[in-house]
Amino acid sequence: MGARTLYDKLWDEHVVRYDDNGTALLYIDRQLVHEVTSPQAFEGLRLAGRKPWRAAANLAVPDHNVPTIERALGIVDPVSRLQVETLDANCAEFGITELRMGDPRQGIVHVIGPEQGFTLPGMTIVCGDSHTATHGALGALAFGIGTSEVEHVLATQCLLQRKSKTMLVELDGPVAPGVSAKDIVLAIIGQIGTAGGTDHVIEFAGEAIRDLTMEGRMTVCNMAIEAGARAGLIAVDQKTIDYVRGRPYAPSEALFEQAAAHWRTLVSDPGAHFDRVVTVSAASIRPQVSWGTSPEMVVPVDARVPDPAAEPDPVKAAGMRLALEYMGLTAGTPITEIRPDKVFIGSCTNGRIEDLRAAAAVAKGRRVAEGIRQALVVPGSGLVKAQAEAEGLDKIFIEAGFEWRDPGCSMCLAMNADRLEPGERCASTSNRNFEGRQGPRGRTHLVSPAMAAAAAVTGHFVDVRGL
Amino acid sequence: MEPFVNFAGIVCPLDRANVDTDAIIPKQFLKSIKRTGFGPNLFDEWRYLDRGEPDQDCRQRPLNPDFVLNDPRYAGASILLARENFGCGSSREHAPWALMGQGFRVLIAPSFADIFFNNCFKNGILPIRLSGDLVDDLFKLAGGPEALRIAVDLVAQTLHLPTGRTIPFEVDAFRRHCLLEGLDDISLTLQHVEAIRAYEARRLAEAPWLFA
Repeated sequence: MGARTLYDKLWDEHVVRYDDNGTALLYIDRQLVHEVTSPQAFEGLRLAGRKPWRAAANLAVPDHNVPTIERALGIVDPVSRLQVETLDANCAEFGITELRMGDPRQGIVHVIGPEQGFTLPGMTIVCGDSHTATHGALGALAFGIGTSEVEHVLATQCLLQRKSKTMLVELDGPVAPGVSAKDIVLAIIGQIGTAGGTDHVIEFAGEAIRDLTMEGRMTVCNMAIEAGARAGLIAVDQKTIDYVRGRPYAPSEALFEQAAAHWRTLVSDPGAHFDRVVTVSAASIRPQVSWGTSPEMVVPVDARVPDPAAEPDPVKAAGMRLALEYMGLTAGTPITEIRPDKVFIGSCTNGRIEDLRAAAAVAKGRRVAEGIRQALVVPGSGLVKAQAEAEGLDKIFIEAGFEWRDPGCSMCLAMNADRLEPGERCASTSNRNFEGRQGPRGRTHLVSPAMAAAAAVTGHFVDVRGL
Repeated sequence: MEPFVNFAGIVCPLDRANVDTDAIIPKQFLKSIKRTGFGPNLFDEWRYLDRGEPDQDCRQRPLNPDFVLNDPRYAGASILLARENFGCGSSREHAPWALMGQGFRVLIAPSFADIFFNNCFKNGILPIRLSGDLVDDLFKLAGGPEALRIAVDLVAQTLHLPTGRTIPFEVDAFRRHCLLEGLDDISLTLQHVEAIRAYEARRLAEAPWLFA
């Protein structure tokens, strides 16, 4: 067999069979389930009289609808409550393990998967959620699917798939100190565009990627979907193996070395062919701030809001004009003059312990600025929250004037009560700045946790490295 | 799934790129545990002037007269014409459910986001990729004083314009077959139970930690 990419290896290991027309039946090792995209899948099983193929291959958790405050009251919104209760009932009926809202391990599905060791290198992992790309940071082939496919995996443990093309995104060196994983991935999306990865699986590589912690790698792969890719991948190395060891669902000691020996092969072979190779100048990446309504509308913090008149493509220019109008911004305005009303630190992109440490380091000894109406810190899971409290980060945030909340998706997509009011502007560590994403008519600026904390304490966007 | 039947329908031109699934169906409507009922909330934030919430009577809500779906020319449209990267963002299958609920059976754009594209086929919607130039031509025709009516032939893989012009399109052979027959993917896969069991037995031997 010739030189293969990491994606080729993961793909080859999971093909059950090919049809005459080249469509593969791909085996799925693990499925993560949450309350929003699963009720219709369970209903489908029930109507067809089917059972899960392998119930133990699934792990469920409510995250999108859960309140992040006053949990003892339960879910006040009756529609949200019904959806979470429906998940509870479905998991009980079909024998699927669920970390319920009151469980100390509950959290965002893409935070708890790796945290529990449910996500392992070399696996195929799916979830009815586009940010499933996150798990690629562990060298797993992980991608988001729709509800029909959730049902398909429940019923058959397989999916019908065509092989994607491969793209290598290579950082050509280390990034400057103070530049985070979020800045790296936003800069990549700014360079290749939100459709730049369409039909491809992206492998992120190079020194700046190897230097990242596992949490940072998850941030990068999480946003592969924002570049349009089917999945993001990072090669397995010693950091990956050390991260997995000892987690609840990780292989026991007897099997661990056998597993780890296999995981070490999960790298692209030298000379493996990629359909597309993109090189990113790592040294030139500065802290990023999105200015528009698509993640590709992003610039370094020391830049100005771009001018549609300078854009040669008329469709793009029209999109920029709509975005500026929606965002209430004028071309040419320095990014550092933009003043958010709210700050949100959390989400499956940036709700892990390292993210909270980075934000707390900025918040420490400072106060949330006068003009900021609300600054939320929402840990990605109950275990992240407990770890942060053990390190005293909660006190730093609270003393600085941030609100310290319970884990969930929260204001990333505002399905619970945490949301922007019309016209409000938010410095957000989440992944999407789409119109209405954080609340109807709300305005989102995507940034890293340190940059969000810096905006909170100064009242405007600022290069956190200069604070 | 209902089989896809050839038809002729009115084209509604939505002239913007990167239309995401949050715009197609906003999050507050995802709390439903059903597959139906999303049509009236399709493009809710662009379509209505007030704030949409679940379980409203949408017939009583103020319409945004500037939004293309509310233009009387496009009443009853069943073909949606859009720009690059249509359906990007969230994996929510509620997006094709909402398009279907509104009566759209065919989508035409230069490119679609991956998960959304897959989800369409699972729901009897045919997404068609055409070149940017062809899409430009269709936008010009659809934006005229008279609505553009296109006949869609999935068997022949062609679109027929009133001008007599015929535009061929590509579609994956397996997906075309499933659409035309209204096939359920799960039943198809369950024809291969033996192959799945054999795969699992092999993997259990070579990588037992996957099943621990």
